[in-house]
Amino acid sequence: MPLPDIFFYLFAALTLLCGLLVVANPFSRNPVTSAMFLVLTIISMAGLFVLLHAFFLAAVQVLVYAGAVIVLFLFVIMLLDLKEEQRRKFKMFGVVAGLISVGALGALMVKTIWSSGLGQGLNPQVEGATKPLGKMLFTQYLLPFEIVSILLLVAMVGVILLSKKDLK
Amino acid sequence: MHVGLEHYLIVSAALFCLGVLGVILRRNLIVIYMSLELMLNAANLALVAFSRFNNTLDGQIMVFFIITVAAAEVAVGLALIVALYRKRQTAHVEDLTTMKL
Repeated sequence: MPLPDIFFYLFAALTLLCGLLVVANPFSRNPVTSAMFLVLTIISMAGLFVLLHAFFLAAVQVLVYAGAVIVLFLFVIMLLDLKEEQRRKFKMFGVVAGLISVGALGALMVKTIWSSGLGQGLNPQVEGATKPLGKMLFTQYLLPFEIVSILLLVAMVGVILLSKKDLK
Repeated sequence: MHVGLEHYLIVSAALFCLGVLGVILRRNLIVIYMSLELMLNAANLALVAFSRFNNTLDGQIMVFFIITVAAAEVAVGLALIVALYRKRQTAHVEDLTTMKL
């Protein structure tokens, strides 16, 4: 087996394992543990991005998700001081129904992907380096790029308004 | 077997299912938010895989936008959760029953 394939299986297993531990950790229901496993999920996904030659996106993934989003999550967890989570029980009916529906969804998707033969005869050559991505972002996708900047401004104003003491 | 597009798509589908499972099972708003992030990441992985195997960079541009929008969404969502916590002293979906008949 060639080396990239071994790395693919390694990172895929790590991603799925840590993703599972974000959602359902048998040892701890603490949101901080979930956040830490989310960091691991995101870093192993950055590994998968590198294997797909999307180097810029791998860096952005680590910087924005692991660096900014998770820190935001941890700040809010610290702010809220959640202790109640430990006591509450899962509802049996909800767990069973959720597992069945998600299992059915997953089986459907995997079966569809596996039987479609999507990847046959494709010859991947594209490289997600910074230069071609930047060129595309500032020519072909200039308008969406500017709209996204306005969206970030709107989000910032919204957050400031929402976190005011007396919400009217 | 050689790793191809299908393998990445299956990892992405499994990750998406984990996210859905988290939204259904967990009762803590913050953990539900983390599960939403998992689902967004699954979509990102699928887009990058398609972009790589179809020899076009458009998918990666899309992922760039998704990451930006996700960051904005997390900021607004967490501010909402904090505002909610100030009012109701809870971040638990079962305690939010204002709209229940």
